[in-house]
Amino acid sequence: MSKKETLSEGKRQILSGNTALAEAAVRAGCKFYAGYPITPQTAITEYLSERMAETGGVFVQAESEVAAINMVLGASAAGARAMTATSCQGLSLMAEGMSSLAAGRIPGVIVDVQRGGAGTGAILPSQCDYSFVTRSLGHGGLHAYVFGPSTVQEIVDVTGRAFDIADEYRTPVLILTDGVLGLMMEAVTLPEFKEDIPDREWKIEGREGLRPKMMTGDNVKPPIAQENRLRDIFVPMYEEWEQDPLYEEVETEDAELIIAAWGSVARVAKTALKELREEGYRVGMIRPISLYPFPTQAFRSLDPAKVKNIVVAEHALPPQLMFDVDHAVQGRIPLTSCTHSSGVLLSPDEIADACRKLL
Amino acid sequence: MELTYGKELNKALFNHDSGFCPGCMHPLINKILGEVLTENGYLENTVMVMPIGCGCNTIRYMDVDMVRGLHGRAGAVATGFKRVRPDKVVITYQGDGDAAAIGGLETFYAANRGEAFTAIMVNNQIFGMTGGQMSPCTLVGQQTTTGERLAQHMGYPVHCAEMIAQLPAVGFCGRFSVHTPKHVLQTKAAIKKAIELQMNEGKYSFIEILSACPVNWHIKPEDGPKVIEERVLPEFPLGVLRDCTKEA
Repeated sequence: MSKKETLSEGKRQILSGNTALAEAAVRAGCKFYAGYPITPQTAITEYLSERMAETGGVFVQAESEVAAINMVLGASAAGARAMTATSCQGLSLMAEGMSSLAAGRIPGVIVDVQRGGAGTGAILPSQCDYSFVTRSLGHGGLHAYVFGPSTVQEIVDVTGRAFDIADEYRTPVLILTDGVLGLMMEAVTLPEFKEDIPDREWKIEGREGLRPKMMTGDNVKPPIAQENRLRDIFVPMYEEWEQDPLYEEVETEDAELIIAAWGSVARVAKTALKELREEGYRVGMIRPISLYPFPTQAFRSLDPAKVKNIVVAEHALPPQLMFDVDHAVQGRIPLTSCTHSSGVLLSPDEIADACRKLL
Repeated sequence: MELTYGKELNKALFNHDSGFCPGCMHPLINKILGEVLTENGYLENTVMVMPIGCGCNTIRYMDVDMVRGLHGRAGAVATGFKRVRPDKVVITYQGDGDAAAIGGLETFYAANRGEAFTAIMVNNQIFGMTGGQMSPCTLVGQQTTTGERLAQHMGYPVHCAEMIAQLPAVGFCGRFSVHTPKHVLQTKAAIKKAIELQMNEGKYSFIEILSACPVNWHIKPEDGPKVIEERVLPEFPLGVLRDCTKEA
């Protein structure tokens, strides 16, 4: 598919999730991309191999995901909006680098087009990296802002926000899609090219730049200075994020049962919800859009007198999203897990059946 | 007589004592790197990508903007940095454990792509900071805290400069030493040439510099140069191995 044909300004067009994400990154001012091939992410890397040069950016095919994330670190420290994309195994290899981005307060956008399972796993879609990216970003216990979009348009929208959040908070930002969303084609409207990208006054540029000496990733400090850095910068930042998580509520007002789902599974759940509503069941859905910060309050504020059960639907086994929902409702509402994994996908009927049994 | 060596000759060093171990050659390498940057006028425009290991103590002694890489990743970090800011002098500074063991792939592929930065690898044949474990460059028969290097189990010392010199995209590559004044001057000239090639022709250079690690070699600090001469040079011969300015 020729890039130029697909990219008419301002009008709706049909793009795959991967292509849409890549183009949205370019329009968000991404000027550096490093990537390594892995199914089902590869289309992003292929697309940007041409597109970065067309838009005055830099593309490097890295020798590994380890190198890719560290190239992003270098490019970002130099002042460029930078991104890499991979899939599960590659994200494991990036764990050390992501931790380093967070610790050095170096912005960067990391895309994980999830495939299935542990080890070599499978190449089919799953949501198996949810816990990996929401609990702690590699070693050290720091976090990234994590998006879990559910449509191709939402992929486009969160990609733009990802670059802005990365710059505003000086943090890595993750976008988790999966093989379903990456390959699926949908109508989208792309944004205009972002013009007003703020300069990073902290960027590393030699002694011509800010003085005294600048350094990223400085941990040559006494322990108390390192601890204070966590206390003064990172903890307040995460608390601020937690004030304003992104999520969607669907018909929750009168719901007796809530489906919790994110990403591609939420699309399936929406079909199930429609079916159940037509049958007269009072079912609603809460869909986290930011996976970290998690919309804890949306679940915690559910009334146990009204909501009898929460069905947590996800492509992860053992369940992962389940733990954040459990933490939110604190045992006051029973949870039911409805999952597949390893590329086996939930159908609307399966989710609907799981709900019917509880109503 | 007042000591004249100082700020005018080398504007890159902070004015405090070295915390490197006695007999370590990192301070000397820091010093000549600082002299080169002062002399060629690039100091204000230089960014160093730092390693993990003893080399990262350079952070305390060189007043240069730096990006701190993870263990072994300087080649990748420098690639990202230099591609975004080709106007900057970019220098990676690593030991042999960092650049040749855990960072072997990043070092090799940055060289193979001919990234326009200057890689300095200080080869002391040991993991210094962690206390003397076997490194890729440990000599056969050398004692380390993780055992003696036996060729039948661990193979032979890795000759980084020779490997990298084979890559056509490399502008300048060689092995140097700082164990005598003559060798210090040769090393300084090599660093100077590498940085000029980086800025004038966009070339990658790999400068391997032999160093002593008396603490982990279990020798007296003053014996470092002698041991380099007698034991190290037979394994790691010095010289320029690739020079694009001399190619037809």
